[in-house]
Amino acid sequence: MNDVVRNVFRFIFFIVLQIYVLDNVPPLHRYIIPMIYYLFILWLPFSISRFWLLIIGFLTGLSYDYFTVTPGLHAAACVLIAYFRPFIVNILIPKDTSEFNYSEPSAKAMGWAPYAVYVLILSVFHHGYILLLELLDVGNFLDFLIKVVSTTAISVLLIFTAEILFPRRLKYRTNTA
Amino acid sequence: MRNVFLFIRRYFTFISFVLLQVLALSMLFRYNKFQRAVFLGKANEITGYFNSQYDNVDDYFHLKEENQRVHRMNDSLLNLLQGNFMKIDTGSHVITDTIRYDTSQMVRKYLAKEAKVVTNSINGMKNYFQINRGAKQGIKDNMAVINSDGSVAGQVVGVSENFSQVMSLLNVHTTVSAMMKKSRNNGRIEWDGQSPFYLTLRNIPKSDSVMVGDTVLTGINSYNYPPGWMIGTVADIVEDKSTNFYVLRVRPSANFQNLQQVFVIENLQREEQVALDKATQKKVDELNKRRQ
Repeated sequence: MNDVVRNVFRFIFFIVLQIYVLDNVPPLHRYIIPMIYYLFILWLPFSISRFWLLIIGFLTGLSYDYFTVTPGLHAAACVLIAYFRPFIVNILIPKDTSEFNYSEPSAKAMGWAPYAVYVLILSVFHHGYILLLELLDVGNFLDFLIKVVSTTAISVLLIFTAEILFPRRLKYRTNTA
Repeated sequence: MRNVFLFIRRYFTFISFVLLQVLALSMLFRYNKFQRAVFLGKANEITGYFNSQYDNVDDYFHLKEENQRVHRMNDSLLNLLQGNFMKIDTGSHVITDTIRYDTSQMVRKYLAKEAKVVTNSINGMKNYFQINRGAKQGIKDNMAVINSDGSVAGQVVGVSENFSQVMSLLNVHTTVSAMMKKSRNNGRIEWDGQSPFYLTLRNIPKSDSVMVGDTVLTGINSYNYPPGWMIGTVADIVEDKSTNFYVLRVRPSANFQNLQQVFVIENLQREEQVALDKATQKKVDELNKRRQ
């Protein structure tokens, strides 16, 4: 399948999953807020340019915002992780491109440990930023800290569950293209 | 000039990052300020369409509970029917005047419209839900929204053509005038943004003998909410030694997780009341100015 088509489907799938499944989970506890839609940004191909990554991040966040009636909140967080993604990828993947020829980030492509670090850092950025904006508006600091830790833990758990349950067929990057 | 272009080219990604952040944050803060802003409009119509499609399926999972709530509401209304009452005094009888004009005619103050919740959230600190009635169906800002069992659910804050956005009681910006059913003491309901199972009731004086389980109704100090509708029951009494008022934790009687059919209640005299309030305020201000 074409990369673009696949990512469009993935985008729709993640937004729908987030809005109609995860946002409708009965409240177990006030610190448990499951979030996974930003995995779309984490799974975008390596080859995408940094500028387009920012634009796609912004649109992803904004389309989720339209449903949650928080214009700009998730968009800001998604732009943040879209901006920092290339830096973290550069640190974590091997520099020698002859060894490295996967097209998008995954546990298989990067190895479990680097991939876990990648997911963890971007999850902390995403949730930390959203909760910081919420803290500026209302809320207290202890709540903020607990929420950052708990939501990140839940999200990382969800992301790894997804990674293990639904292994993606990874396309190799070729020199011919 | 060349240096400027070089600078822009070099830091192009960073500049676009900052621009997008500014755009997102300005949307966020502007919206918070005015509650509705540009955002509700076409966007509301689009998300509303998807949400109502989803809701068509989701409905089936709540039918039983919804039925029970509606049945209970019907039951309470059935008991209010004229036919249930009779005059004890047999000496009096009704005479119909030839001029059919009832001088004791009632004036309608509150008008209820039915609506359906299409999307709902309770996880955040500022929760909103969307209903499938909008400006075309006569919904306006500040109308009260009541659940199908008669318990208070929220207040309309934004209206588009066919959908409206309702600020749920589970929203840190919510304040609702409330009163104790037993003593008729007035206070106000707030939400602290923590547990969706508890609201906070303040301003009930300690002279009132509040007990756990007491009913809390909507109060009279509101232009939006009709008085006497159930909000919840007292779950916990927090002693605050520093003031003469209780801080009460109230368990809301509406189940915010599965709001389905709701009523939107319009105060038909709201404009008159608000206008009077403003006029009075103006007069008082003028008096004060003259006195100085």
